Amino acid sequence: MVVIDLETEDGQREAMRRMLTIRAFDSKAGELFGDGELPGFVHLYIGEEAVGVGACAALEDDDYITSTHRGHGHCIAKGLDPEEMMAELYGKADGYCNGKGGSMHIADVDAGMLGANGIVGAGPPLATGAALTSQYNDEGTVALAFFGDGAVAQGQIHEAINIAATWDLPAVFLVENNQFGEGTPVEKQHNVQNLSETAEAYNIPGFTVDGMDVTAVYEAVREARKRAADGEGPTFIEAETYRYRGHFEGDQQPYRTDEDVAIWQDRDAIESFKGRLVEAGTLTESEFDEMEATARDEIEAAAAKAKEADYPDPSEAYDDMFNQTVPEISAFADRMRTDGGEDR
Amino acid sequence: MSTDTAAGSGPADTEEMTVREAIRLAMREELEQDDDVFVVGEDVGEFGGVFEVTSGLVDDFGEDRIRDTPISEAGFMGAAVGAAATGTRPVVEIMFADFLGVCAEQIINQMAKNRYMFGGKTEMPVTVRTTEGGGMGAASQHSGTLHTWFAHFPGVMAVAPGSPASAKGLLKTAIRSDDPVFVFENKMMYEQTGEVPLDENFTIPLGEASVEREGEDVTVVATQRMVGESLELAEELAGETSVEVIDLQSLYPLDTDTLVESVNKTGRLVVADESPLSYGTHAEVASRVMENAFYSLDAPIQRVGVADVHIPFSPALEDEVLPHGDDVKAAIDRIV
Repeated sequence: MVVIDLETEDGQREAMRRMLTIRAFDSKAGELFGDGELPGFVHLYIGEEAVGVGACAALEDDDYITSTHRGHGHCIAKGLDPEEMMAELYGKADGYCNGKGGSMHIADVDAGMLGANGIVGAGPPLATGAALTSQYNDEGTVALAFFGDGAVAQGQIHEAINIAATWDLPAVFLVENNQFGEGTPVEKQHNVQNLSETAEAYNIPGFTVDGMDVTAVYEAVREARKRAADGEGPTFIEAETYRYRGHFEGDQQPYRTDEDVAIWQDRDAIESFKGRLVEAGTLTESEFDEMEATARDEIEAAAAKAKEADYPDPSEAYDDMFNQTVPEISAFADRMRTDGGEDR
Repeated sequence: MSTDTAAGSGPADTEEMTVREAIRLAMREELEQDDDVFVVGEDVGEFGGVFEVTSGLVDDFGEDRIRDTPISEAGFMGAAVGAAATGTRPVVEIMFADFLGVCAEQIINQMAKNRYMFGGKTEMPVTVRTTEGGGMGAASQHSGTLHTWFAHFPGVMAVAPGSPASAKGLLKTAIRSDDPVFVFENKMMYEQTGEVPLDENFTIPLGEASVEREGEDVTVVATQRMVGESLELAEELAGETSVEVIDLQSLYPLDTDTLVESVNKTGRLVVADESPLSYGTHAEVASRVMENAFYSLDAPIQRVGVADVHIPFSPALEDEVLPHGDDVKAAIDRIV
């Protein structure tokens, strides 16, 4: 069973609900960061919701994804809990990584989410490895790598795709072309018209889809997933999309104008999908408004709860390095700690 | 330590074999015992590995389990990390340790950090085998000894066997470990022979050094090739100077207790390891001893290694920079 069947009206409403949840989550994350509430950096997915939701909808529950430093949308699309995510953004003990990962490293391996990743281009080799496990154990699952247009300039993604192609691994490589690698436009970073031309070098199917259209992404990934699961190897998909916010929150964005952003906002993924659902009679305007308000309330509640939640005990900084105990960590930590590690 | 050992299970049969055979035997036994284990690397299959360590394994275990890769260290190291995170147990061969630089991203930012960054919610049972060391005229890009780098970096463990038995025992422990373990094999040792336990459950716990020869006057803590050369030297010096030789075996974690116990007895320490001398394995051993056995020391600790240069090509130059038994002798002479 696919996670969300976009062929059905229930599935379409669920896809809309997840896109609205992502937008509400990242809008709130941006607001909190602006208010100085969140440590570190945050990279927002606003504008790109159709890619994450369309792709994850087409996967099965047991499938794996790898993500990017702009990973909140992928997490929610894969079914992770926004409350635990928000706690992680705050660095709280109840977060997905117990406060050790933060925005850029949210992971839930049991849910098939192999981690947001702070290194551009580092995720696709991991997806190749998850696909290798699937093939090795004949599990029938598929691994999908999300990565950005900037990552297509990184050597290791090409190694990962070449290996997956050579070994016919059940993988899908999905580049989210949001038009900028950090602050540099995509056309200044690549000499090809479409990034999907990359596929030719590996003799695998490659195509470009409208990343502002959740249905188009869903259909492309559905087909790629079927091909992968049938043992026919990976597919390279480019989804053309746009990030409305800067590379990171606080980015002054000298590389574009408000007018540039407005051109893409006219094709907004949520608005256009809503228009189609309303026209088809699947959703009314008021149902949409209610859905949007519910998503916002859910995220507000998650943020309020995360704000009040406890930080991890400082001594937990020395946990989770290894499965087995190494004497070094506790011995060194006890010497370093100002309280002498008395509570350990 | 959580790993089982053969200790207490009675004297097991042993057989004389080379380091190469001991490593191959360890892999063969683990491949037989656990279907999740597979070997992956460049030319590990029919070719048998450039040092013939995996030779013949593909005949018995097939191409799915002895898996040749494209020449793309970042790609297959990353794939091993992803595979380990999703339930298999890859044993990666990196042909020469110098090439670890090619896939450093996947080691440093993915393999080593995922478990911690994800709050302990994933495991990383990956083993990396690689060859180190000079002595073959292979020049700088195929002769490096890089183990300090990985022993230093948090999140991975590092071992460096000094005998055929420790080569088998440490590799089996590495493969059974749910943590990432790097096994650094000195390429000049593959033909070295010794008695190796045949017990399929013979393992050496990570973080355990081995006292290979007892002595009273000076402790030589050695790694890899320097273990054998130090043992030969100790034999030569017998009757004149009583040398205790310890095979460090495990670089991280490191067996502080055995080092301290030995130095408390001998009062003198030489550290012999074929790696650059600054900021290295030698320094870590010296620090542990200084922190825990300072008042037992009767003389300054001596380091024997490579003088912070790369390994040159010409035999005349290469022989000059590599440490040997006579360098250990000179170090002993300085303090005994």
